[in-house]
Amino acid sequence: MTAVLEISGLRKTYRGRKGVRNALDGFDMVVEAGQVHGFLGPNGSGKTTTLRTLLGLIKPNEGRMSILGREVPKHLPEVAREVGAIVESPQFFGNFTAETTLSLLADAGGVNRNRVYSVLDLVGLRDRSKERVKTYSLGMKQRLAVASALLKEPKLLILDEPANGLDPGGIREMRTLMRDLSAAGMTVLLSSHILGEIQLICDSVTIISAGKRVTSGSVAEVLARHKSGAVKVRLEPGVDMMGAAQILRAAGAAVTLDTDHFTVGNASNPAQITKLLAQQEIYVTELTPVAADLEDVFLELTGTAPVEGQNRQVDETAMSAAGKGGWGQ
Amino acid sequence: MSLARAESRRLFKRRFTKLLMVGVLLILAAVAAGTYLSNQKVSAGQIAEAKAEANRDYQAGLVSAEQEKQKCLAAEGTPEIQNWGGSCENIYTPSPEDYDYVWYMPASFELRQEFPDMISVFAVVLAAAAFLIGASFVGSEWNSGGMMNLLLWRPQRLRVLGTKMAVFLGWLTGVSLLLAAVWTGVFQLIAQFRGTTDRMTSGVWQSFGLMGLRGLALIVVAGALGFAMASLGRHTGMALGALIGIGAVQIGVYVMAQLAGAKYPDVFLAPLWLFAWLYKEFVVEDYTSCDYSSTGGCELDQFTMTWQVAGTGTAVLVVLVVGAAMWTMRSRDIT
Repeated sequence: MTAVLEISGLRKTYRGRKGVRNALDGFDMVVEAGQVHGFLGPNGSGKTTTLRTLLGLIKPNEGRMSILGREVPKHLPEVAREVGAIVESPQFFGNFTAETTLSLLADAGGVNRNRVYSVLDLVGLRDRSKERVKTYSLGMKQRLAVASALLKEPKLLILDEPANGLDPGGIREMRTLMRDLSAAGMTVLLSSHILGEIQLICDSVTIISAGKRVTSGSVAEVLARHKSGAVKVRLEPGVDMMGAAQILRAAGAAVTLDTDHFTVGNASNPAQITKLLAQQEIYVTELTPVAADLEDVFLELTGTAPVEGQNRQVDETAMSAAGKGGWGQ
Repeated sequence: MSLARAESRRLFKRRFTKLLMVGVLLILAAVAAGTYLSNQKVSAGQIAEAKAEANRDYQAGLVSAEQEKQKCLAAEGTPEIQNWGGSCENIYTPSPEDYDYVWYMPASFELRQEFPDMISVFAVVLAAAAFLIGASFVGSEWNSGGMMNLLLWRPQRLRVLGTKMAVFLGWLTGVSLLLAAVWTGVFQLIAQFRGTTDRMTSGVWQSFGLMGLRGLALIVVAGALGFAMASLGRHTGMALGALIGIGAVQIGVYVMAQLAGAKYPDVFLAPLWLFAWLYKEFVVEDYTSCDYSSTGGCELDQFTMTWQVAGTGTAVLVVLVVGAAMWTMRSRDIT
């Protein structure tokens, strides 16, 4: 596969009264052609800064970036025609109608105005296209933003939080749209906090934290690399579950009791569980690995899982705790 | 070219542009209507009547002066002579020139004499509108996020801002020229029906043309400054705030200059630069340069600000502000 988007060693620092802060700290990312690629990271991790830098809105301090094989920002004017993007919240001049907004963009970009109606239809705004944008809900503005990105019939579509403000039906429509676009050969880079959606839609992901890539690869690979190692254990009815847990704890297992089963968190060798319990004539009826989902992996890698009794600050991540502080979009 | 077409459409689709254009037309129409209604064509009979009335007043003035002189002569040698300044020679005897018959006629619009003021009104009204439209055209784009959207489509910052500005100033020039032609026609008609077009030589028309060109330059400069200031601050309010700030600062500088004993503090007032630019010169006088009295008189020291000085100063300001807007557009992050 060929890479549609490549970023390596991207660095962006901001100088403030509190000193220099790294918004991006040597960030790397590769997006292959034809994929829907998820771009994940906690608030302030550098996702939007990355996208803005890629699209020429922010100047990086260091690093290489290329889109469709051409180095940017040097060749951005040439490749911009093939890149549709929405960055952060949808922003439009409120007094123009959706139709006017898109037709002005079409004129500015040299795109046939006839495309306006087809993209408005695609995102479900055809019947409201003659209303002023300021009367739109957030979800409708989001749809309009997606329509503006699709207007160019881009090869690479960059969407920053496209599901923001969408109702459940809208989220599902967006999911279907992403899949259809990908099936039609479009590469989609999707930044989102809705990890369940990312897991459903995306072929691959990159997770960023404190301005650095913490993991990347296909969704299956990432999940496999970060298996939970936990197994769910169910015993025969009537067996003393507490006693079984004591036996395993005595052997060093991290056991969490539930109503009708218990979980062993550090079961690197599940056979040991059956062996230890069988020696005490306790027999296991179910022994299943607990699968990690993208949310678990995300929280583990970024260190942003909530801890009871603690209020995590926005810049507190596993990466920032390790030393260099990343911050800000 | 497509960007220029898009920006032209955007400019005229904006409600603010439409509203201000309507406002400008209403103001200009009100000025024209007011001039039409407050002037009238003067007939030969009215002129004769005015001349007769002026002569009557002149004769009455002579009689009054003579009576005053007699009273004064009678008071000679008495303390009352001080009422006439101690001498009867100071009593003024009126001349026929003091009773110009024109003053006795109803107001009549003389194109040659009064059209320059109408050019000034036109230029100032359009310049104010140009400043506001220019500031809003780019300021609201920055404020609403429209500029960022546009840059995602055309990631050529200087070209985008430059095209936007060129389109705006181009249309501004076109619309101003069109309105100026209508304005001139309207006042020529007013002069024909409510005044006179006498003494209108080709030299006078040339003079009007040159003043009109300076007025057009003023309009374009105001538009460019509004646009550039709003782009610098990335908000329409920045241009308006800067305008108020500059107004306050120049008054402060004027007061400080007066306190510091500067010879011509008036030169720090922007309206005088505007006047010098439109009317070719503005003379400021140093009232402390002699003991001036209305009867004795004396030659005051004068400084003449010419349109060349005012134009050069304004050109430097425009280059600085527009240059700064372009530079920040090129170098600042768009967040």
